[in-house]
Formats: sequence, structure tokens, C-alpha cells
Amino acid sequence: MSETIEKVSIIVSKGSLEGIYPALIMANGARAEGIEANLFFTFFGLDAITKRRHEHIKVATVGNPGLHVATLIGGLPGMPGLMTGYMERKMAKLDIPPIPEFIEMISDTGAGLYGCQASCDLFGIAKDDLIDQVQGIITVGEFYALAAGGQIIFT
Amino acid sequence: MPTATYGGHTVTVNDEGFLTDPSQWTQEMAAQIASAEGIDELTPRHWQVISFMRAEFQAKGTGPTVRVLGKTSGVSVKELYQLFPHGPAKTAAKIAGIPKPRGCI
Repeated sequence: MSETIEKVSIIVSKGSLEGIYPALIMANGARAEGIEANLFFTFFGLDAITKRRHEHIKVATVGNPGLHVATLIGGLPGMPGLMTGYMERKMAKLDIPPIPEFIEMISDTGAGLYGCQASCDLFGIAKDDLIDQVQGIITVGEFYALAAGGQIIFT
Repeated sequence: MPTATYGGHTVTVNDEGFLTDPSQWTQEMAAQIASAEGIDELTPRHWQVISFMRAEFQAKGTGPTVRVLGKTSGVSVKELYQLFPHGPAKTAAKIAGIPKPRGCI
């Protein structure tokens, strides 16, 4: 075989459902291929690993042309919840796990989960506010040390 | 097509080393394929996964992904990765002589 990828470090910077899932699928898929994987949650991506938020991740119904819902309609109260429920039902049919369960599974695969120090400082988030699977809150320098020798994917 | 020889039996394999004809597989080959994959000893827990892979393949025509294995094989995701550190579904499929499971989750 020719070239192979040995390690990926995936940055999750968005807090919407469609912003978080691709990174989780890529991390989980990397582990399934025997590739080492780390997830680094920064800015609104921290919601995915924040205890009081991770069960309430919503689809962005405004400013999201791919959803094909007019912005004015997407902005109506209840729309994010409605669209999210619709997406979640479709995903459940395909056996795509909900975000909290998916992250727990990814942690079980041996992937590393980390919070971004600068973002945690910005939002006043401490280690205790994050789910137990998170290994630590690390600086950008520590992230690069962790990612050294592998591929970095920004989402 | 490339071939591999396990225990005196020559089998046809694809570029990634998966048997192209699962009926060529024998239990005796499993240990040798495993050792080539870096697994020195197949424990009963390994065999639980390998047998499950073959049964699923026979029933459905495709091997299960890690997600499905974790939910239905009786071995947790955590343990699956301890047993098969280089990718449980992929490695167990190779040892079980079935095609590599396809699936994103």
C-alpha cells in the first residue's frame, strides 16, 4: 500500500448540529481505521462537550442556505427545535447516535477529547463544566504538540 | 489478483489483504492472519467477535461496523479496541475472512 494517515487532530469550532457531526464522524471513522484521533473543541464547538449544553445541540435554521428554509421562516420561535427533531429522527433511523452518546463512544475508541484554553477562559468554563470524557483543557501550543506528525482538520 | 498463504492454504486476497472468497477461510487461518495483524493470541473474547462477524456476514452479506459490534456482539466498544487496537471491525473482518465492512458510523 502507498501512503497512509497515522494520526488526525480535528478542531471543532462550531456549536450547531451540522457543525459538530462531521467532526465526530471523521474522528470515529479514523479510529475504526486504526488511525489515532484527537478532538479539540474551541469556541462554540465547546457546547458539544459542555454538560449543560451537549444534549441541546440544534440545527442552525437561520443563515443556512443548505437547509432550504427561508430565513424569515427559520427565525420563527420553535423552528430550531422543530428542524432538530426532524433531523434527529432521520439520523436515529440510520443508527447515527445522538451527540452525547456519540462522544462517549468516540472516547471509548481511545480518541482524545480536549477543550481549548482560550475559549474556556472566554466563556468562563472550568474542567468541571465539561463532560467526564474530556481529558483536559489545553493551550494552542499543547494542541500542536499533540497534533505533531499528523494531519490537522479544522471544522 | 494477489494471494496469501496461511497454514499451507493459498487464498486470494484484495489489495488490503482481505479474503476475496470467504468460503476459502478456515478456523486455522485465523490465528495466522491475526498474528500478521499484530495480534499474538486469539482469546475467547476475540473469537466471540470473529464468530459474530462471520455470522452477521452470512446473514446480511456485509460485516458489521464498530457501532453495530458494540451494540450487538456482547463486547463493548472499549473492549473491542483493546482486543483489536488497529480498528476492531476492520481487523476482525480480516481475521474472519470476510470483506471489510463499509459504513461511516
